[in-house]
Amino acid sequence: MTALSISHLWKEYGDQIVLEDVSIDIGPRSFVALVGPSGCGKTTFLRLLLGQETPSRGRILIDGQPLPPEPGPDRGVVYQRYSVFPHLTVLGNVMLGPEMRASRFLGRRFGAARRALADEARAMLAEVGLAGSEQKYPAQLSGGMQQRLALAQALMMRPRVLLLDEPFGALDPGIRADIHALMRRLWNEVPMTVVMVTHDLREAFTLASRVVVFERPRDRPEERDRYGARLSRDIVIWPPRLAGRTTPYDTDRMPGRDDPTPDAAAAGTTRQAEGRTHASSPQP
Amino acid sequence: MRAINIRPGRGTALVLGLLPFAALAVAYLAGSALRLAENPSDKLLPALTTLAASIDLLAFTPDRRTGDYLLWADTAASLTRLAWGLGIAASLALVLGLLAGVLPVMRALLAPFVAFVSMVPPLALLPILFIVMGLGETSKIALIVIGITPILIRDLMLTATALPREMIVKAETLSASSWLIALRVVLPQVMPRLIDSLRLQIGPAFLFLIAAEAISSDAGLGYRIFLVRRYLAMEVIFPYVAWITLLAVLLDLALSSLRRRMFPWAEVGR
Repeated sequence: MTALSISHLWKEYGDQIVLEDVSIDIGPRSFVALVGPSGCGKTTFLRLLLGQETPSRGRILIDGQPLPPEPGPDRGVVYQRYSVFPHLTVLGNVMLGPEMRASRFLGRRFGAARRALADEARAMLAEVGLAGSEQKYPAQLSGGMQQRLALAQALMMRPRVLLLDEPFGALDPGIRADIHALMRRLWNEVPMTVVMVTHDLREAFTLASRVVVFERPRDRPEERDRYGARLSRDIVIWPPRLAGRTTPYDTDRMPGRDDPTPDAAAAGTTRQAEGRTHASSPQP
Repeated sequence: MRAINIRPGRGTALVLGLLPFAALAVAYLAGSALRLAENPSDKLLPALTTLAASIDLLAFTPDRRTGDYLLWADTAASLTRLAWGLGIAASLALVLGLLAGVLPVMRALLAPFVAFVSMVPPLALLPILFIVMGLGETSKIALIVIGITPILIRDLMLTATALPREMIVKAETLSASSWLIALRVVLPQVMPRLIDSLRLQIGPAFLFLIAAEAISSDAGLGYRIFLVRRYLAMEVIFPYVAWITLLAVLLDLALSSLRRRMFPWAEVGR
């Protein structure tokens, strides 16, 4: 059983070949990091998974079914920018997805249904460390908090696959370490497969269970249009990193930080303590 | 110190802002005094007392023939036309601009036509409007609508298409249909722009209104100005021009404060 099965995928724009014969199976609950030089088609590949673009050749299966030709609620996404809606409050942003799913005409819920949803949204915000910011607008949040909000908003839909397009690329190192801890915890707790594009190798190896490298085998200027990127390496992290379990190498404490914040503060929530007890208990 | 680094304080800024107004007033008073000294029956730059008497007659004395207060009757007639014109134009622009902004098919259908129509000089259509719709209110409102709608549509369309593609895709992953994307993602984000756009179109709207009233009307600010023009009645024209300007400024301020109140989020990023 695989969550995503990609076979012989090609993507061409006119004469220009971007992706060439890409095949990869991604298991359920894995965390795949896509790395590679700029302009090698990582983001194009992610857009194909999202359904924002259609492949020129090849096919993508999600849980054995062909991928729908447009984005849908089974695949969540977080971009580096523009992931949240500036005209909605933090709470409104998180409630938007379920509201639109339940109310197909007005896109709003009222009364008891709305209150129940608001409670659920508040719990999700607390989960990502945004408790207390419910009534703010995204522009009033820092970059790291906006990305936490984007994660919360995507996770409210309980997507089977979460696609991340350089989500933490614009954050400074301290904030990034905190949000890495959050990302790792969410991946451990929420039943989803994660595919992340990043140009930060350290981030890829810190978070992912598997690192996949895109590269153009022929990259001379005159070859660049006619030869696309292929998968050049597929590295499974050893010892295996499995969702819900930890390896001896996993730590939320960032080595080399001058002032390692306590774990709970790093993840921005109080649930960290429980997560760690659970994680350190012996696995069956 | 460089000139670009000299910033006026609050008091200085206020004085500087009032300076051009004061200069205009002084220039008028001086010019008026000079001309009246030379020829006491000069009509071009009437004295303040003449202006005040005229304003009193227009605004606070019932007209001997109709019993109306002329300034208020004219203002009511003109503002009614303006409100209808702006309201219809804004509603049309919102619907068509959103359709074209959200749906590529509608954009392909509407964009070239709207671009073409927006280049038609509206005043050249005025005779056609009068012939087709008669000399009543309809043709005057129609002129305002025809004059400003195409620009509003194009502006809204551009605003809607300028929303980041990521935002639309994100809404799709949150299970939104095309309708819900228009209603809950695009519409709220183009509304502040619609209001700003309307503010910029107040000037042209008044232009079309006064042009239509000048040609055929029996009340209205433009009608009055063009009526008394025959008698060189500057003591009526000046107060009317000042009043129209004041109305436009107040309308602009009202729309601006409406936008701030209704869309506080749009202010955060400014």
